[in-house]
Amino acid sequence: MPKRTDIRCILVIGAGPIVIGQACEFDYSGAQACKALKAEGFRVVLVNSNPATIMTDPDTADAVYIEPINLRAVEAIIAKERPDALLPTMGGQTALNCALDLADAGVLEKYGVELIGASRDAIRMAEDRELFRIAMQEIGLECPKAEVARSFEQAVEIQAKVGYPTIIRPSFTLGGTGGGIAYNREEFEEIVKRGLELSPVHEVLVEESVLGWKEFEMEVVRDTADNCIIVCSIENLDPMGVHTGDSITVAPALTLTDKEYQRLRDASIAVLRKIGVDTGGSNVQFGVNAQTGRVVVIEMNPRVSRSSALASKATGFPIAKIAAKLAVGYTLDELRNEITGGATPASFEPSIDYVVTKIPRFAFEKFPAADARLTTQMKSVGEVMAIGRCFQESLQKALRGLEIGVDGLSPRTTVFTDESVAELRRQLREPGPDRLFHVADAFRAGLSREEIFALTHIDPWFLVEIEDLIRTEKDVAVNGLAALDAARLRTLKRQGFSDSRLAALTGTDEAAVRQLRRAYGVRPVYKRVDTCAAEFATSTAYLYSSYDEECEAEPTGRDKIMVLGGGPNRIGQGIEFDYCCVHAALALREDGFETIMVNCNPETVSTDYDTSDRLYFEPLTLEDVLEIVETEKPKGVIVQYGGQTPLKLARALEANGVPIIGTTPDSIDLAEDRERFQQLIEQLGLRQPPNRTARNHDEAIALAGQIGYPLVVRPSYVLGGRAMEVVHSDADLSRYIREAVQVSNDSPVLLDRFLDHAIEVDVDLVADATGGTLIGGLMEHIEEAGVHSGDSSCSLPVHSLSLAVQDELRRQVGEMAKALGVVGLMNTQFAVQGEDIFVLEVNPRASRTVPFVSKATGQPLAKIAARCMAGRTLAAQGATAEIVPPYFSIKEAIFPFAKFQGVDPILGPEMRSTGEIMGVGETFPQAFARSLEAAGIRMPKPGKVFISVRDSDKSHLLDLAHELIRRGFSLVATAGTGNYLRGQGIDCAHINKVLEGRPHIVDLIKNGEISYIINTTEGKQAIADSFSIRREALQHRLTYSTTVAGARALIGAMDHYGSGDVTSLQELHRKLTA
Amino acid sequence: MTDQALLVLADGSSFRGRAIGAAGSRVGEVVFNTAITGYQEILTDPSYARQIVTLTFPQIGNTGINAADAESDGIHASGLVIRNASRIASNWRSEETLQAWLIRHEVVAIAEIDTRRLTRILREKGAQNGCLVAGPEAADLDAALAKARAFPGLKGMDLAKVVSTTSAYDWREGVYDLDAVTFREPEKRFRVVAYDFGVKRNILRLLAERGCEVHVVPAQTTASDVLALQPDGVFLSNGPGDPEPCDYAISAIREFLTAKLPVFGICLGHQLLGLAAGAKTLKMKFGHHGGNHPVIDLASGRVMISSQNHGFAIDESSLPANVTVTHRSLFDQSNQGIALTDAPAFSFQGHPEASPGPHDVDPLFDRFVALMQEARAHAQAH
Repeated sequence: MPKRTDIRCILVIGAGPIVIGQACEFDYSGAQACKALKAEGFRVVLVNSNPATIMTDPDTADAVYIEPINLRAVEAIIAKERPDALLPTMGGQTALNCALDLADAGVLEKYGVELIGASRDAIRMAEDRELFRIAMQEIGLECPKAEVARSFEQAVEIQAKVGYPTIIRPSFTLGGTGGGIAYNREEFEEIVKRGLELSPVHEVLVEESVLGWKEFEMEVVRDTADNCIIVCSIENLDPMGVHTGDSITVAPALTLTDKEYQRLRDASIAVLRKIGVDTGGSNVQFGVNAQTGRVVVIEMNPRVSRSSALASKATGFPIAKIAAKLAVGYTLDELRNEITGGATPASFEPSIDYVVTKIPRFAFEKFPAADARLTTQMKSVGEVMAIGRCFQESLQKALRGLEIGVDGLSPRTTVFTDESVAELRRQLREPGPDRLFHVADAFRAGLSREEIFALTHIDPWFLVEIEDLIRTEKDVAVNGLAALDAARLRTLKRQGFSDSRLAALTGTDEAAVRQLRRAYGVRPVYKRVDTCAAEFATSTAYLYSSYDEECEAEPTGRDKIMVLGGGPNRIGQGIEFDYCCVHAALALREDGFETIMVNCNPETVSTDYDTSDRLYFEPLTLEDVLEIVETEKPKGVIVQYGGQTPLKLARALEANGVPIIGTTPDSIDLAEDRERFQQLIEQLGLRQPPNRTARNHDEAIALAGQIGYPLVVRPSYVLGGRAMEVVHSDADLSRYIREAVQVSNDSPVLLDRFLDHAIEVDVDLVADATGGTLIGGLMEHIEEAGVHSGDSSCSLPVHSLSLAVQDELRRQVGEMAKALGVVGLMNTQFAVQGEDIFVLEVNPRASRTVPFVSKATGQPLAKIAARCMAGRTLAAQGATAEIVPPYFSIKEAIFPFAKFQGVDPILGPEMRSTGEIMGVGETFPQAFARSLEAAGIRMPKPGKVFISVRDSDKSHLLDLAHELIRRGFSLVATAGTGNYLRGQGIDCAHINKVLEGRPHIVDLIKNGEISYIINTTEGKQAIADSFSIRREALQHRLTYSTTVAGARALIGAMDHYGSGDVTSLQELHRKLTA
Repeated sequence: MTDQALLVLADGSSFRGRAIGAAGSRVGEVVFNTAITGYQEILTDPSYARQIVTLTFPQIGNTGINAADAESDGIHASGLVIRNASRIASNWRSEETLQAWLIRHEVVAIAEIDTRRLTRILREKGAQNGCLVAGPEAADLDAALAKARAFPGLKGMDLAKVVSTTSAYDWREGVYDLDAVTFREPEKRFRVVAYDFGVKRNILRLLAERGCEVHVVPAQTTASDVLALQPDGVFLSNGPGDPEPCDYAISAIREFLTAKLPVFGICLGHQLLGLAAGAKTLKMKFGHHGGNHPVIDLASGRVMISSQNHGFAIDESSLPANVTVTHRSLFDQSNQGIALTDAPAFSFQGHPEASPGPHDVDPLFDRFVALMQEARAHAQAH
């Protein structure tokens, strides 16, 4: 059937901010879908609150709405744009839930909007566990025994039928939030109660455990003519019990016979037909009993998913693009397979001739209080994928691509005592983020494969491969470098051993191994991902390395620019950097360069094979990048866009003769080096917060006396705000040095004066090679300095700084850019106290704020800066004037606290947000209200406000207290804050702190008596004491502010919340003039 | 090194790897198969006689070998070429490792070569004759090349009669039930004579599953012997080699068509039906071997993913007026199915019995049963 002609305009809903369980894979799918629909001539309207995405670029859709993804805002968009159809399957659970809300509220009917891709009934049947179970029974498929409970009592009754361990899954939550495995009554009660609370429909599934069963996923695509294909099968190395998002997975499935594989294939297609997914991609998950072969259906997603992004990258079959075209009426046989240059149709099943491994990346170091055991609730924040010609190669490439300081199966433990082996056994039995490394260590410790299997239930097929790697490592270590002849080295490289791992094993350095390897002529070749296992020729340069015979890279003689991507997502380095990399590729491609992308994150747009001219799906390590550079011989390599990942390589790449373009690695290093940077600041006559470096306790106390409290203290060897603390007294500092860090000559502690009540400002700038500069924008943080800039919300333009201060900030960034010789992007963070300006840090590279600034101002900074690096001037690009919009844009951070029990949601110097949203309004309060709405933060309704603030905030509180009372709120406060307020004539009831006896504030929260919380605190003890307040508030989805500035912005936004027009980015940008 | 192995193609390309099967040397036509699963089914498929098969999927042997998944008594492929052999067999039904099984059946096999390079050569130059050597002999490249070049090739080679059963037998076993871990034994309603040109067991199972009592006969059984059995239908099996020299089968099929007996052919059986109807066959460049081939049913417009294994095809331009094209390959538009307008006969080029491969096309077996049902009703009405 050809394209439908009865629809003209299609609304696509995106996935919103990056959260655990829903990351940039939906930017990849949404961007593909929008582009595909636009290319078909449809008018495409997009809504997505996440500005850091490629899909919200103004040329992705005809109308891009960076607006909240909720019933109100999307209805307003529908009323305004009057789309004929809504495609809900590209934006994850967020889009499906929103589509259901729109359908249930009658909005779709009212405006005559047709759901395409998946119907309301299909979405319901797939998402509602009871309906799903019945549907599966009707087609003769088994599910694990389970029933839905709507109360704790009901759950207990069901539990008695299914036994322990029991799986608990709340309905309609992201990434299985709130779910878990209960081994006893106590755990059962805790998880069920939490699950009921977190489920928007207050129900949980109490389920028979299939822990330890093998887990498989099938990626299915179906068209309107009921043609079904399996794009890819995926096998989880971690058996059932670990969320598939947290599991190491391989593609294709490796341990199924054809009979068993075809049974899953038939079942998957039957599931799609039964659920009624009309068109598009879906995934179906199965559990398979390793002893009996019994198959159970776990779940299905009637939409593209993280797994379909993985399957697309693993096979070269663009699921989202194809699914979008199927949704508008095409059938599979009418579409071509682009990777074979259209030689074959899209109606086939990809065959692959390599093994793909995905390994999740975790961020537990950011949440030390969180339970790091892996369960049915997803906890990872990113993932890496690798391609190899055998499992071992694929696995080891993935491991070094993770960037967690390992270059293979690096040991976690080297000393095996009874105690450490007992711990190892526990780690194997109760999976955590490092289980694979523990499996390797277990082999080192001499545990048998049988015992490891009994503890982990990891299929022996995988275990024997790991065992072989460990045996090989031992052999290499025993025989040393001298034993590595050409043949031996080639064998090792074919097993995926990195040069650096071999160096570690043989007691030499990576360069020596590289030299030896090259002397022997042991070099990788590049094979192509072609969807067809070489059955047909491909013109698409989607490549991966392998130590095989024939190289298919076929590099061209064109002028090439290579962009090094950001690797796996992590907190602090996510989609924003991928956005920049993609923009560099797009801009330079437009300018006639051949662009080459190197990255290993399957969730991204950058690893789409048609984003750049050539894609190398490779780990971002020195070894892997050098080999690609040798093959391609690019004219320039961009390292400043992919975050820390490529920056860490910059110096070594430069030393190996790689032509890095843009700001030099030395300048980047200068800005990161505390001492060198301090000298530069002094030379320029700028100011930094007073700071010192202490090498022992007494020195620290003495130096603290010189610069005064409060102080930000941190160990010098830790990056990213970890172990950073604000201390207020000598006693505080002593405790910090005693307990938190090991201070020595080699690892001093850094002391910085903490600028209390200062306003933090971010400035983004682009500079060209001739000294020309362009201010991208000034962003004023809402929260005071001290909160990590990535966690703070901010406003563009600034809303409270004087024009003189703004101009001085512009002058200072210009000076620093010149002094650093910046060519490309530079981000600077300032603290402003009154008229005093302090430079906090300078990053002469892409920053998290680039996409936000670009969306807010309409200036594509990353593209402009990429062109500067490639040699064009700002003047030649016509980009010299800063654009200050006549409207306000707010960026608000999104946090994963709901996923991590026991974690304090207080904001601090360590970044913990996973994503961001943007809200726009004519005034600052309007924009802030919109950003709250987009972040899903509820605006408090008049009721009791609990206030408890630190001393230094008290004087800033008065106007807020008056304003709240004027709005009909009543105040309750703890003694200190209450006395202060009453002293100022403000009516305020008393409530105990938690430690002061009952009833206390947490009782009030639990009883639902509180509507809003303002709680600021400082000092380790006070923070610990007030922890239960914030945690309880989070549990009850109660709105709270942990800074006075945040409270002020929120209260100011009250009149505007949940109201106002929706505005597309295109409309906003029409208001701009330079 | 005694575990060395060598593959040489007639064009002079050579590959050195590790022997994972028996020692010795074998010649044959080198083909590649892109199926990810089903190495056991492929190796036991008699259609691979005189072929050295390369599996493009690089991890082979993972699930071992089990008796239930065999498509015939032995290994018919002349040799096996893979990238990596599994270190162990891991599957609840596994009885033996791939390597032990290869050695037991004296099959020569090579691993650790660049199978993608080999596939590229075959794709570009077409299927080639080759020689696979394992053991000490592998040192002699020239000897292997001479053997490869001496192999006459499959064109004109009648292999059906070589691999066929020598005596007739009855088949009652239905499909394998993974839940019950046994073969089913459905009730029988029709009597089918199946010509064994190299038949795969799953074809017989799918027929039995649909109530057919299957009487399997040797390739050269005459039409009169078959008609004497008064079957409800005749099935023409898959098999190796060139269909053209199989004149005995072609003339027998003509008699079944004249007798208006329901006829169903698969793969070689499809080509033989075409030849019997007056069409011509041709040798393909590198054939179809895989489990992911899209085939369109021209009547319904439905696309089915099919299992394929053939190096010869019916030349559509040679089809007489009484033959309709029912299916076509969406990969290369080659013929995938025909039906006769003047006889209850049809056939399919791919493998509706799958094993290995997807089950999308298995309704064709129902169609055969329906033809027999109609014929019986027709006979009763008269």
